[in-house]
Amino acid sequence: MSIERCCGNNKTMSGHFFLIAEKSKLYFTFQDQAEQFFRSGHTNNWAVLVCTSRFWFNYRHVANTLSVYRSVKRLGIPDSHIVLMLADDMACNPRNPKPATVFSHKNMELNVYGDDVEVDYRSYEVTVENFLRVLTGRIPPSTPRSKRLLSDDRSNILIYMTGHGGNGFLKFQDSEEITNVELADAFEQMWQKRRYNELLFIIDTCQGASMYERFYSPNIMALASSQVGEDSLSHQPDLEIGVHLMDRYTFYVLEFLEEIHPASQTNMNDLFQVCPKSLCVSTPGHRTDLFQRDPQNVLITDFFGSVRKVEITTGALALDRDVAALESNCL
Amino acid sequence: MSLCSAPRPGRALRQRLSGLARPCPAAHPPAMGLLSDPQCRRALARLLLRLNTPLCVLSYLAGLTWFLLLPALAPRTYLSENAMGSTMVGEGSDLGPRALALARDFGAHKRKVGGMPVEWLEQTMFQLGLEVHRQPFSRTLPFPDEAHERYLVRGTNVFGVLRAPRAASTEALLLLVPGSEGSKNNQAVGLLLALAGYCRGQVYWAKDLIFLVTEHDLLGTQAWLEAYHDVNLTGIHSGGVPGRAGAIQAALALELSSDVLTSVDVAVEGLNGQVPNLDLLTLFHSFCLKSGLLCTFQGKLPPPEGPSGPGYAQSLRTMGLMVLGQAGGGPGGAHGLFLRFRIEALTLRGINSFRQHKFHLGALGRTLEGMFRKLNNLLERLHQSYFLYLLPSLSRFVSIGSYMPALGLLLLVLALRALDLWMRLSRSDEGEGDPPPEEARGGLLWLLPPILVSGGAGAALYLLPVRGQAVATQHFPVGEAEAVVLALIGIYVAGMALPHSTHRALSGGGQRGWMTLKLLALLALALLLTCLALLNFSLGFLLGATLVPPAAAVRPGGSRLPLAVLLVLTTPGLSLFLAVLLERELLEAPAGLGEAWQRFLGALGQGLLQEHLHGAHLSPLLCLGAYPCWLLLWNVLFWK
Repeated sequence: MSIERCCGNNKTMSGHFFLIAEKSKLYFTFQDQAEQFFRSGHTNNWAVLVCTSRFWFNYRHVANTLSVYRSVKRLGIPDSHIVLMLADDMACNPRNPKPATVFSHKNMELNVYGDDVEVDYRSYEVTVENFLRVLTGRIPPSTPRSKRLLSDDRSNILIYMTGHGGNGFLKFQDSEEITNVELADAFEQMWQKRRYNELLFIIDTCQGASMYERFYSPNIMALASSQVGEDSLSHQPDLEIGVHLMDRYTFYVLEFLEEIHPASQTNMNDLFQVCPKSLCVSTPGHRTDLFQRDPQNVLITDFFGSVRKVEITTGALALDRDVAALESNCL
Repeated sequence: MSLCSAPRPGRALRQRLSGLARPCPAAHPPAMGLLSDPQCRRALARLLLRLNTPLCVLSYLAGLTWFLLLPALAPRTYLSENAMGSTMVGEGSDLGPRALALARDFGAHKRKVGGMPVEWLEQTMFQLGLEVHRQPFSRTLPFPDEAHERYLVRGTNVFGVLRAPRAASTEALLLLVPGSEGSKNNQAVGLLLALAGYCRGQVYWAKDLIFLVTEHDLLGTQAWLEAYHDVNLTGIHSGGVPGRAGAIQAALALELSSDVLTSVDVAVEGLNGQVPNLDLLTLFHSFCLKSGLLCTFQGKLPPPEGPSGPGYAQSLRTMGLMVLGQAGGGPGGAHGLFLRFRIEALTLRGINSFRQHKFHLGALGRTLEGMFRKLNNLLERLHQSYFLYLLPSLSRFVSIGSYMPALGLLLLVLALRALDLWMRLSRSDEGEGDPPPEEARGGLLWLLPPILVSGGAGAALYLLPVRGQAVATQHFPVGEAEAVVLALIGIYVAGMALPHSTHRALSGGGQRGWMTLKLLALLALALLLTCLALLNFSLGFLLGATLVPPAAAVRPGGSRLPLAVLLVLTTPGLSLFLAVLLERELLEAPAGLGEAWQRFLGALGQGLLQEHLHGAHLSPLLCLGAYPCWLLLWNVLFWK
């Protein structure tokens, strides 16, 4: 502002040069900032959190999913952008000595069920068919908005799955299974229909790494709690409630997420280090070969939070007429 | 093909075979199998005929050895049900003082009333917060029961239901104390009431809990069960059960008559040799290990770990006791009556012996609380683990796949002998080989009298003692129960005189006759044992081990005395007496002959009673199944 006032009064040749130099310096700063604005390429965040188990002795899977749900909400993704699929038979199970609560820690400080949980697919609606329909968008027209994954080609989607799994499959509610091939094909359908920009897939089951072996669509990063042939172990046995409250991998992931706030600059490489074999007993794995960006540059909040990037400028920025050149510079 | 063309083991055998069978010519079509080629079949048949006796002996010894090796090779038990295995329990109760106080109250009121204090029980259960009901019943026994001194029985069962706070009453768990007269089971009732009070204060019950106190122990339990399931199996008159709580998933019966205990004995065998699902026993054993309570099985301490001589002997003794208990077929406790309704049940008996380390009632109360809490987590009936097994100890089991070959090898003996007889009989038809046996006169008609007489004797043995009580009391100057038992023995022995008396009536038959009769007897015995293998393996094995050698060996002619002695020694009645002796021996409390005789008479009486009171199968099986088979063999021995 002061530069313009100065330049406006002094219409000498040096002043013009000075003006051009200052304007171009301003232009480059804004360009950097604009570059940073478009660094990740996504404009909205979605989360699909699936717990595939039911029955009282699978309490820990529901606690896993609800804890991730809480973190994701805390970091900014609203309920309208979260599709939560739970069997939801823990809080009101007659065997629950603390009715209407689900705890994920032995100290029982935080009731992850709470008053404001919005479960979109509950009880027997958590099926393989519904899950695939949610992902691919092939949903009957009568489905309410809260049960749809309305993502577009600029959405970053977090998919978290937990339950009982095996080599190449995941068990859904004791009656059916989803195979890794089906899942990979679903993701390819999503890619073809431009339903995601980048996808982070986290799975916490036994032999979880087998589920991401078959992915072949671009821009997918996957993490799993155990390798093929290993079991993922449970954590937090609680004698009062009488079940295990959490699984190890998710427990340590959540401990890690507790440090994250919407402005964190922590990147994915730190997430890969969570839960080494000494703590988890199983060996967590990850897959980044389909992902185009370097995990170093991928922020945790790119997937776990819904960070609105707002840059407040004090001046007007005249964008170059050559828009094409500008875009090729930024992207 | 190989039998006809490959080299043979023995020279004599080879000579015989080469003399009898031509080598199979090359012109035979290649598809001709071993059994469809007549030359090879004949050779095979002759081999079987020649080697029959050695094969039979080998098979019998193999069967016995297999059975004796079972305790050494038994795997460990494990919990199969995921709903129980992946959950855990922290017990929080301390029921000891309260249980003792309630036990004293119960004992005092029992003495005051002179029977079951029904009003006091109802009031106490109501104050504890249960939904209380009473159920009257009555029954006239077929003859007086000497062991319990009762004939005309009338009683009332009292039970309280703890409704699950947040579940529909579709399923239930049951705790039962069979109430007895005197001061038996007072502490058990106290513990039951204390546990009911504790459970009422918990909110995590997904199934209803039924707390049942019965009168006249097993009779009351039978009455309650029949009324609860709305059936009439044994002719007991019982009032209806107004308060239902859904299908009972599991039941525990508790017997405790002392303030402190040194060990808990668990009874597993039930009526007709049924056993509960192995998961229930494994659950109980895991709680024993957790709480440090000493748990015994068949009154025996657990054998030491690792292979060892004394350990094997202990396991064998324990398994032998279980086999004898199962073969007897009586309900081993109140739990035995539940198994017929497919309700898994165990009886826990608190024992107070001379050991130094005593446990308070609180320890047993915590075990019960833990067990009910774990059973509460069940979603379906117990079905993941074995329903048929033998236990050498509480931590090891023998599954049906392991023990069945033992009986199969015994049955093989009968099959081999029957094949042998059949081939000899059919060979005589074809008229080749050995000279044919004498032709029979009158066709197969001479087979009928022995069969009818044996069957009739069996029927008489089954029906007459109980129905002819009045006649028996006239002839013998003893009480009705003893009269019945003595009549039973009398008819049994009279049956042994039958061949001599009936042989004058029938004639003919000759060699063909006794071979056909023996064939039929073998087939009947094999059929009986095969059925028993599925229904009550222990009974089948014991009957097989005793009856198969005489069945294979018996034939008329020659010196009859050794065979007669063998047959008499293996008659079902004497086997029962020897089983009583063996049981006392295995319990390490050996009985003299006099005491064993008294026990034997008592066992006979109880066996007859249990058939009428509970529907036990031992009496009909022995009277109508084993005894006629034995009589047929006896007939074969004294064939003219």
